[in-house]
Amino acid sequence: MSQDFRLKNGGLIDRDKKISFKFNGKKYFGYEGDTLASALLANGVHLVGRSFKYHRPRGFFGAGVDEPYAIIQLYRNGETEPNIKATEQELFEGLEAKSVNCWPNVNFDVGAINNFLKIFLPAGFYYKTFMWPKSFWYKIYEPFIRKAAGLGTASIKHDKERYEHKYEYCDLLVTGSGPSGLASAYAAAKNGANVILAEDKSRFGGTLLTSDVNIGNQTGKEWADGIISELKEMPNVTIKNRSQVFGYYDHNMLVMSERTSDHLPKTKKFHPKQRLWYIRAKEVLISSGSIERPIVFGNNDTPGVMLSSAAKEYMRVYGVLVGKNPLIFTNNDSGYETAIEFKKNNVDSIILDTRKNPKSEIIDEAKNLGIDIKYSYVVVAAQGYKKVKSADIAKISEDKEELGKIENIKCDCICVSGFWTPTIHLASQSGNKTQFNKDIDAFVPGSAKQNEKTLGAANGVFTLDETLRSSFETGHELSKKITNNDNKVSFPNVIEKKSTTHDKFWCVPLPKGKNYKRFLDFQNDVAVSDIEIALKEGYRSIEHVKRYTTLGMATDQGKTSNLNGLQLVSKIENKVVPAVGHTTFRPPYSPVSIGAIVGREVGKHSKPTRKSPMHLWHEKNNAVFVDAGVWLRPRYYKRGNENLFEAAKREAKNVRTNVGVCDVTTLGKIDIKGPDAAELLNRVYTNAWLKLPIGKARYGVMLREDGIVMDDGTTTRISENHYHMTTTTAQAANVLSHLEYYLQLVWPELNVNVVSTTEQWAGAAIAGPKSRDLLQKLFPSLDVSNDGLPFMGYMEGDLFGVKARIFRISFSGELAYEVNVESDNGNFMWEKIIELGEEFKIQPYGTEALSTLRIEMGHVAGSELDGRTIPYDNSLEGLLSKKKDFIGKRSLSRKAFTADDRQKVVGVVPLDKKTSIPEGSHLVKDSNAPLPNPKLGYISASCWSVEHDNPFSLAILKDGKNMIGQKLFVMSPLKNKIIPVEIVSSHYVDPKGERVRS
Amino acid sequence: MLHIKCPHCGMRSQNEFSYGGDASVKRPQLGSEVSDQDWDNFVYNRKSLRGKHWELWQHLFGCRQWIKVERDTATHEIFNTLKANEEIS
Ligand SMILES: [Zn+2]
Repeated sequence: MSQDFRLKNGGLIDRDKKISFKFNGKKYFGYEGDTLASALLANGVHLVGRSFKYHRPRGFFGAGVDEPYAIIQLYRNGETEPNIKATEQELFEGLEAKSVNCWPNVNFDVGAINNFLKIFLPAGFYYKTFMWPKSFWYKIYEPFIRKAAGLGTASIKHDKERYEHKYEYCDLLVTGSGPSGLASAYAAAKNGANVILAEDKSRFGGTLLTSDVNIGNQTGKEWADGIISELKEMPNVTIKNRSQVFGYYDHNMLVMSERTSDHLPKTKKFHPKQRLWYIRAKEVLISSGSIERPIVFGNNDTPGVMLSSAAKEYMRVYGVLVGKNPLIFTNNDSGYETAIEFKKNNVDSIILDTRKNPKSEIIDEAKNLGIDIKYSYVVVAAQGYKKVKSADIAKISEDKEELGKIENIKCDCICVSGFWTPTIHLASQSGNKTQFNKDIDAFVPGSAKQNEKTLGAANGVFTLDETLRSSFETGHELSKKITNNDNKVSFPNVIEKKSTTHDKFWCVPLPKGKNYKRFLDFQNDVAVSDIEIALKEGYRSIEHVKRYTTLGMATDQGKTSNLNGLQLVSKIENKVVPAVGHTTFRPPYSPVSIGAIVGREVGKHSKPTRKSPMHLWHEKNNAVFVDAGVWLRPRYYKRGNENLFEAAKREAKNVRTNVGVCDVTTLGKIDIKGPDAAELLNRVYTNAWLKLPIGKARYGVMLREDGIVMDDGTTTRISENHYHMTTTTAQAANVLSHLEYYLQLVWPELNVNVVSTTEQWAGAAIAGPKSRDLLQKLFPSLDVSNDGLPFMGYMEGDLFGVKARIFRISFSGELAYEVNVESDNGNFMWEKIIELGEEFKIQPYGTEALSTLRIEMGHVAGSELDGRTIPYDNSLEGLLSKKKDFIGKRSLSRKAFTADDRQKVVGVVPLDKKTSIPEGSHLVKDSNAPLPNPKLGYISASCWSVEHDNPFSLAILKDGKNMIGQKLFVMSPLKNKIIPVEIVSSHYVDPKGERVRS
Repeated sequence: MLHIKCPHCGMRSQNEFSYGGDASVKRPQLGSEVSDQDWDNFVYNRKSLRGKHWELWQHLFGCRQWIKVERDTATHEIFNTLKANEEIS
């Protein structure tokens, strides 16, 4: 198809590079430098989608980030992405795009029936229409809304693209490369400041690309190009295009999304698709410009109605005519500039000016060019369904209330200018108290909360001369504050056409007998009548009106609708706009992909993976791993066709009969040194520590100040003032912070140092009746007899040339030892243990067997010490010293903690000795009791006891101490199980603890 | 994201720190008699002030020192930071 609406010359596109693309399955051509919007318009395509609520035909309204409704589904390199603005998507070879919000297709849309049923979709339609009857919700309303609503379809495939995060610091961050951005960045950079200049679009220059001005004897674009190429050469300047600063957070932290690859057919190797920048700036200069405001009139959402600035941009930047018979509807001089641009391209337009008798240089120029101008005229309504075909126009009375006789004139587009709205989103996000400027009928930034300043059009300054002057000055001043330099750049001579004041007119009254939809918010389909209804129904606060009607919501954030909405509310309420106030602008200013926000933290990168020095051995020996915090631990070692259950049983049984070895490197280890080390332990643990001899280990429990058990573990006295503490894998980091807290803040007088040594030591637990024989083989010269190394004893040894620490401690309840060597020697130690253990039938065991062994022994662990239990609950009350104070002791005398029927850990066995008990199930007295059935306790951990060969669980049970021997029911609605059980002692195996001392 | 001046390391981003609550809370002396009310005040009861507030942060991914930070809980403005052993004036 030929590009019928492409101008013969002009524009910033590369006409030598033709690009083919598809829209809704049909092939078109454009040029490099086009956006999808400009290329479609060049081909005369105006119908791009359907609206959100009424499914009315939608075209292009803007030319960039201001676009409220030309939103498409993009297909690129085998992937799809929703919610892309056609006005922002740069064209690349092979691009494919489809309309959204239409079914079955954009030309024939079933949902358009909503348009005829619009009486049923008024303001607050979410809250009203879909409420009754209740039974309709799941089957009819919800599926309907899901199908009809939304702005495209998210892919459910894994995103193969790479996204990066970058952290940057600078003196000045300048957001936008229009005249104010360029001037301030240039002045600051020349004065030695580190500057980041961010431009949302692919081209730098902002409005300088589209306006007829002269700066220092150059066109606006030539001047911008010159500044940019100079800035690019400066080492203290970073310039980024396709980069939008979308959020302004605390302490001058701004976030910018850089679309590094979205303009390419596919992302280059080793490049990210997008990059998110976290920028901490000393000063921020907001030069985000302004967005043209629509004027509200009948059917103002018809494709072909667009902002006059957009029409001008399509001509000047893309060499595209948005129409060949344009009608221009304006309340200020900007519409004239668009008309003049049309005329330069030999297209005659008609200007309807709401003003009676305006005079200015620009208007004179239009007159001199012979452009047809009608004063005190308005567009009453656009006519045409999928495209503007004509316009109903009329003269309007001086008080703007009465319309004259309606005339119909042919046109193929209506270019609207209702003056300009400063883009204050970033300033507002920063906490700036914005204020209403009556001269321009819009909010501008007021007093700053953070180090930011808004310049140029974003600050309500619409003349180039004043913009450049204040921007050069501000860039200089702020940089001087930071660098102490005073190098000034010279100010260029500026020639621009003078304009006159705008008309405050913003909404065309309805002619008698007509009921045209007059839209305020084009993205969310909010019309004048919706706001009127909301106010009639009693909504007053602008924040409530916003939520009830959806005005200014979603991805658009009210870019084109905000002020007209406020004008309407203030008119009906008979208040001035500043009294109505504006709603909060929320980041992001424009949509940011989830991929960019997540960055590299996906899959295995979402958290660090820690592996023990023996990891490779485990892998080679068929270990099946499990995540334990950030660690990977062997869960079991698979033999043949074994499943988890069978393997864990085999491994646990072998510990009970022979000897097993378990990698315990992941246990937290803290080195404690200093003359007051024992005193610290004595305060932190609940039991006594002052008399622990050198070469002895002790089990300890530590509490939080609220009396809840924080962690448990053994601590060993290595030498006079040196202790080795172990913590659970999960609590290692918290325990270290806990110790540091008390040492630094509460008891700074204690002379103790603590440091994590978790990664410095590799650990192997050797457990089972034959573990002593194996230990003797590992350390032939040591006396490891029950007298030489008694239970809770410690010694140092030489493991075939490697220095080792030997602890006689047990988690399995069997005779057991733990050997630690420096991490580098971990694998050597492990292989020696396996090699020498062979004659004792050693088998490695994983966390599943480890759990089995501790559960049937009744050793409490993480599932009982779950942040809700006190020592008594875990049968650890014997470890509470009566003679000394310790952290959390005072809390233990709380009423609830000393209640007679306080919960306590017990053992649970199913009556049939067969049915395994799901963890997390509840214990009840009567399985048939009416709901809610009173819960007596819960199952904290379950295993298959290898000693008794039947299921066994631990539970935390109300009045546990008096419940032994009782028959209760385990209920698991999740697993649909009711199991009759008997309550037994939690020590199901070796209740006297004889084995560990044998 | 806040920008916090660690008295030991200088200006650092919030994600290097962990929050530690009200810095004005004083732990009762070990071994001393403490009434139920005083203990409750120490363990549970906090003012949750809106406005200027001294609070504890630990420079977890830095020097590991606990520090005191004077921050406005409403505006996030930080006025002052102190080392653990420096008294709030
Ligand atoms: Zn620090």
